[in-house]
Amino acid sequence: MRTAAPATPPLLLTRSIRPSSTTIHAWLLLLPAMTLLALFTHWPALATFIDSFFSTPRARRAATFVGLENYRQIFDDPIFWQALTNNLLFAIGTIPVSIGLALLMAVWVNDRIAGRTLVRMAYFTPTVLPMIAVANIWLFFYTPQYGLLAQLLAAFGGASYNWLGSKDTALLCVTIVAVWKEAGFFMIFYLAALQQIAPSLGEAAVLEGASRWYFFRRVQFPLLMPTTLFVLVNAVINAFRTVDHILVMTRGGPDNATSLLLFRIYELGFAFWDTSAAAALTMVLLLGLGTIALAQYIFLERRIHYR
Amino acid sequence: MQRRAFLKGTAAMSGALLAAPAIAQSSTEISFYYPVAVGGPITKLIDAYAAEFEKENPSIKVKPIYAGTYQETIVKALTAHKSGNPPTTSVLLSTDMFTLIDEDAVTPIDDFIRTDDDKAWLKSFFSAFMLNSQTAGKTWGVPFQRSTIVLYWNKDLFKEAGLDPDVPPATWAEQVTFAQKLTKLEASGGASQWGIQVPSSGFPYWLFQGFTTQAGTVLMNEEGNRTFYGGAEVVEALTYWVDLSRKHKVHPPGIVEWGTTPKDFFEKKAAMIWTTTGNLTNVRNNAKFPFGVAMLPAGKRRGSPTGGGNFYISRKAPAAQQEAAFKFMRWITSPERAAQWCVDTGYVAVRPDAFETPALSKYVTEFPAAAVARDQLQHAVAELSTHENQRVTKALNDGLQAALTGTKSPEQAMKDAQAEGERILSRYR
Repeated sequence: MRTAAPATPPLLLTRSIRPSSTTIHAWLLLLPAMTLLALFTHWPALATFIDSFFSTPRARRAATFVGLENYRQIFDDPIFWQALTNNLLFAIGTIPVSIGLALLMAVWVNDRIAGRTLVRMAYFTPTVLPMIAVANIWLFFYTPQYGLLAQLLAAFGGASYNWLGSKDTALLCVTIVAVWKEAGFFMIFYLAALQQIAPSLGEAAVLEGASRWYFFRRVQFPLLMPTTLFVLVNAVINAFRTVDHILVMTRGGPDNATSLLLFRIYELGFAFWDTSAAAALTMVLLLGLGTIALAQYIFLERRIHYR
Repeated sequence: MQRRAFLKGTAAMSGALLAAPAIAQSSTEISFYYPVAVGGPITKLIDAYAAEFEKENPSIKVKPIYAGTYQETIVKALTAHKSGNPPTTSVLLSTDMFTLIDEDAVTPIDDFIRTDDDKAWLKSFFSAFMLNSQTAGKTWGVPFQRSTIVLYWNKDLFKEAGLDPDVPPATWAEQVTFAQKLTKLEASGGASQWGIQVPSSGFPYWLFQGFTTQAGTVLMNEEGNRTFYGGAEVVEALTYWVDLSRKHKVHPPGIVEWGTTPKDFFEKKAAMIWTTTGNLTNVRNNAKFPFGVAMLPAGKRRGSPTGGGNFYISRKAPAAQQEAAFKFMRWITSPERAAQWCVDTGYVAVRPDAFETPALSKYVTEFPAAAVARDQLQHAVAELSTHENQRVTKALNDGLQAALTGTKSPEQAMKDAQAEGERILSRYR
């Protein structure tokens, strides 16, 4: 009875009145991590939740309880809806493409091809670079007239286009940068998972005369599902978390065409100093992300084969 | 997960410990937030100034803290203010004056003015620079690194187009006709060379204020609680800007990046550009052709907003530190240092008598372009600055970008921007 897992101490406490030395030991071991987690994650989250129901304190006006007013203002704000739409498009653009590319690259560099290490490294390089550096590189690619893209187009007789300065293409441009940055990172996870698959499976498939595609579809892909779930959860979070390149490349412009939710939170909080509105928007984002993560675990978990 | 959180936490803690202010010594130590807004070895210059000041004033230690861009610096300064431990002094945008007053973060400079000498010092600055430093009868900031917008032109391309290389456009009409001669359109619809380029990313309102001033109007009142975005002359100014690319096809379409505009000029993709005088040293070092610097062309009149940073003193700093910071401010804005600063960076020296110092008068004779910004100051107006400044200017920025990208007509864009400005500012009246 007393050997129950230390991870469930409340149960133990109800069964024996005096906590055993094991329990105390376990709690002591958990304490440092829990303190830091509570201090730097849970308390700020709770404080944000509370702040979102109060007005923004100004120098001569203390914060007052305003109920759902901050939330009402967010939903009345057209820029919020535009940022939300932008963010959903950004997510739809980045998640499937970066995962698909990652899988493709992983399968490719998993084979014994010449210069394999070099190719792997090349694919992984974007991940190693800081996002700010990446954004500056791409800023040059997109520059009209003498940027890389403009020069390529000019070689084929096309006209120079102002990619980041036009409302129609700016969001697509920043989406491509995010895909370029992330695919290599996800590839590493797929590559690790692919190496875990026993070679005997591949040999058996060859003996049975299964095609490459069939082997991938029926053997490799199902075995990669746990990795896919992990990567998917991360990709979704990243789609709502990546804003560094927005700051460098467009600052949300032109006319909010590339404003994403997190960028909008930063703007409300640290440019407008409307901390309550920023807190309320943070809660909206948190709730949305929490719901998505929960749904992913509930629905996908059943279809995943863990070994 | 827990391990990662733990590492993160440890890093945050050690960061906090390092950032804690050094314990006050027998002498007074003043902390000084400084934003690095232009290229070049600017931090070395500031370090050298601090060291020199310490040598002359052994009882005061100046600790410069390089805090990133202007935006990052005000975030850090206001966060520090809210935590009760602000820097003694900081250089922040002159336009953040109302924000800093509303947050009760700064103390008026008038509190330190006691002697006649002090009074004379406060009156020694160019009056154009004081417009964004004073409100409600008080002075809140001291001009330090200030600039205006000027026109740079490529003399080689002028010659090529059959224009007099030494005569820049003086009016709006000339600006268009010159630009037409300087634009090389291509069959595909683009251009291998644009006649004129006015950047519109990030803070288009600043460049736009050049147009509105020339159109003979202002964008806000002096109290900073009312905007006039919807006025007829404002729409006229915006229409002129939009027409440069839409109607006359002499200006790149869409949003033009601020950061790459000097580079476009060096690459001869733009024959004339509007940008800050703060870029003067940059252009001088990198342009591989003879170039000219001119005042912005006149519409109904000439005009440009001022820009750049002021010194502020934190209200919550101890009195002894505030006094020391004031002393430092007076020292660094003396004519000799203002002159040196102008030579080293390209910013406009903040007071007229600096131009009479040997160092600066020699520099201006060798490089007359350096005096253009000074001469333009008589036409300069206050930069757009209101309560809730960033929110109110963003309303204008969004409208400008909507009009420049063609999603809204100039009238509609300015009407919407004005409505948003009214909504935000009505409670400040």
